[in-house]
Amino acid sequence: MLAPGNELVIGVRDLVSGFGDTTVLDGVSLDVTRGEILGCVGASGIGKSVLLRTIVGLLPRRSGRITVFGEDPARLGARARRALERRWGVLFQQGALFSSLTALQNVQFPMREHLSLSRRLMDEVAVAKLEMVGLDASVCDKIPSELSGGMIKRVALARALALDPEIVFLDEPTAGLDPIGAAEFDTLIKTLQQTLGLTVFMVTHDLDSLHAVCDRIAVLADRRVITVGPMSAMLASDHPWIRSYFRGVRSRVGEPVRVA
Amino acid sequence: MSDRLLDLSVTDGRLALAAAGSWTADRAGELERLVETAVRRARGVSAVEIRMGGVERLDTFGAWLLERLVRTLRTDGRTAAVLDLPERWRALVDVAHAVNRTPIPRRRFNPLADALARLGETVVGLVRDLLLIVQMFGELTVVALRTALRPWTFRFTSTVHHLDRVGWRAVPVILLMTFLIGCIIAQQGLFHFRRFGVETYVVDMVGILVLREIGVLMVAIMVAGRSGSAYTAELGSMKMREETDALRTMGFDPLEVLVLPRVVALVIALPALTFVGSMAALYGAGLVAWLYGGMSPDIFLSRLHDAISIDDFAVGMIKAPFMALVIGAVASVEGLEVKGSTESLGLHTTASVVKSIFLMIGLDGLFAMFFATIGM
Ligand SMILES: Nc1ncnc2c1ncn2[C@@H]1O[C@H](COP(=O)(O)OP(=O)(O)OP(=O)(O)O)[C@@H](O)[C@H]1O
Ligand SMILES: [Mg+2]
Repeated sequence: MLAPGNELVIGVRDLVSGFGDTTVLDGVSLDVTRGEILGCVGASGIGKSVLLRTIVGLLPRRSGRITVFGEDPARLGARARRALERRWGVLFQQGALFSSLTALQNVQFPMREHLSLSRRLMDEVAVAKLEMVGLDASVCDKIPSELSGGMIKRVALARALALDPEIVFLDEPTAGLDPIGAAEFDTLIKTLQQTLGLTVFMVTHDLDSLHAVCDRIAVLADRRVITVGPMSAMLASDHPWIRSYFRGVRSRVGEPVRVA
Repeated sequence: MSDRLLDLSVTDGRLALAAAGSWTADRAGELERLVETAVRRARGVSAVEIRMGGVERLDTFGAWLLERLVRTLRTDGRTAAVLDLPERWRALVDVAHAVNRTPIPRRRFNPLADALARLGETVVGLVRDLLLIVQMFGELTVVALRTALRPWTFRFTSTVHHLDRVGWRAVPVILLMTFLIGCIIAQQGLFHFRRFGVETYVVDMVGILVLREIGVLMVAIMVAGRSGSAYTAELGSMKMREETDALRTMGFDPLEVLVLPRVVALVIALPALTFVGSMAALYGAGLVAWLYGGMSPDIFLSRLHDAISIDDFAVGMIKAPFMALVIGAVASVEGLEVKGSTESLGLHTTASVVKSIFLMIGLDGLFAMFFATIGM
C-alpha cells in the first residue's frame, strides 16, 4: 500500500517564476510520486528555494501549472487550502520558528490549530517529535533565540512533522547539523517514509543525504530541471556541472557511503 | 474502515483489546479516550493483550498512544503484550518506545508570587532603565568627543540620510499638526475670553503658550512617535539578526556607526521642526483670530509684538535639542535592549515612545522651574 507507487503527488509543468524583471525559473517541470524522497540540487542562488516556495503557493508564478494531490494550491478556496495545508509540512531554510513561542509551543502550534487534542496528548506528542529529531526534553522551554543553529533546524523539522503530514517540503534540512545529527536525520526520514509513506521534497547540498535517502534527484540548472533520476544516473551523467557536483573532490565516490 | 478504534473484551482474567481502523492524528482525541478506558478496565485483570492486526493506518499519534497504553499498563503491574503488529510499523513503534522517558520540565507558577515578582521586577526595571539612559548619555558623550577629535570618522552621509528622514520628511505632518493646534487654541481662547471682553489677550496666550511650551512639546512628541519608534525598531532588529555583533567583530562601535548619526540628526532636526511648527501654530492662530474673532492680521501682529519677547522664543528653542537627546538616547537604549523574539521588539518599540514622552514632560517641568528661577 505504501510502497513508492505511481500516484502523482506533486506535479509541476512549465513553471515560470521570478521577481520583477528577473526570471528565476523558466519552464520547470517535475513530478513527485507518493512515498518518494526527491532531492533537489543546484548551485547556490539557482532558485531551489524559490521553486519550493512557489509549489507551496507562497510566491506567485507567471505561468505554468502546479498540482499537489491533484489540486492547484494557488487556486483553492480558504477551506480547501486549509485542508491541504493539514496534509503537508514545510521546513524553511532559516527555520522560521515563531520567535515568541517556546520550542514546545512551536511544535504544538499546528496541532492546536488543526486538531482537537487534550493538553496532555499534545505535550506528549510534541515532546516525542522533538525527541525523534534528536533533541531532548530540556529544549522544550526555550525560545528560538536561546537555541543553537542546529537546534533551530531540528525544532523546525519537528514542527514540519507535527501533524504527520503526507508530504514534507524540506529546505536544506541537514545544513547546520553535525554529521552524526545529519545521519540521524537521514534515518528518521527513511523510517517515516517506510512507515507512514511520507513523500519528501528535499532541497539539499548534503551528498551523504542524497546518497542515503533520496530515491531520485532533480538537478536545477539554467532555470530549468535539467535532469531527474536516481543517484546512479547522476554518477553516470556527463553534464559538466552534474559531474563536478557528484564526482568532485568532496563527493567521496568509491568510499563507503553512510547507510540509513 | 471499521469505526471502532479499540474493542474491549474480558475473558477469564485477561483483557483483550482489538485495535482497528486508522490510528492517526485526526482521530487521536477519540483514541486517547479509548486508551484511558482500557487502562481503567485493566484494573481488574492481570494480563492484557493488544491485537494490532486490524489497524489500517498508523502514525506517530497512534504509535505514541499504543506506547502510552503499554507503558501505563506495565507501570500498573499488568503484563501487556502487543500482538499481530504489521511489520511495516515496527520501526515507528520502536521510535515511539524510545521517547518521552523523562518528564517535561515545566516552570511551576504561583499567581500571587508571580504578581509580586512582576511588581518587583517593574520597580527594579524602572531604576535600571534610568541608569541605562544615563549611561547612554555618558557613552554618547564619549563617542561624540572621540569623533570630534577625529572628525573624519564621523558618518556624514548616514547623518544626512537620517536628517532627511526625521527632519525634512516630517515637515508636512508637523506643519499640519501644529497649524491645527494653533487654530484650536485660538478658537478656544476667543470663545472663553469673549465673555470677559478680553479677546485681545488671546494673542498673548497663544504667543507665550506656543513659543514656550506647546510648539516644542508637540513637535517632540510627534518626533518621538514617528522617529524614536523607528530608531528602536531598526536597532532592535539589527540586534536580533546579530548585525550589531557583526559590526563589533569588525572593529566598529555600533554606538558610533548606528547611534551617533541618528542622534545628531535628531538634535539638528528637532529645533528646526520646532521653529517651523511654532510658526505654523502662530499662523493658524492668526487665521482663526481673523476669520472667527474678527481681529485683523495687523492688529494680531502688533499685539503679538508687544506680548512676546525673544526670551519666549529662546526658551522653546533651548529646550528642543535636549528633547532630541532624550528621544535619541531612549530609542537607542531600548533598541539595543531587544532580545531574540519579535515580541520583545514590539515591547521595546512601544516602551521607547512611552518612556521618551514621559521623560520629556518631566524634563519640561524641570526647565519651567529653571527658567522661572532665572527670570526668563
Ligand atoms: N525575495 C526576493 N526578491 C528578489 N530576488 C529574490 C528573492 N528571493 C530570491 N531571489 C533571487 O532568486 C534567486 C534564487 O534564490 P533561491 O533562494 O531560490 O536560491 P537557492 O537555490 O535556494 O540557493 P541556496 O542554495 O543558496 O539556498 C537568487 O538569485 C535570488 O537572488
Ligand atoms: Mg535556498
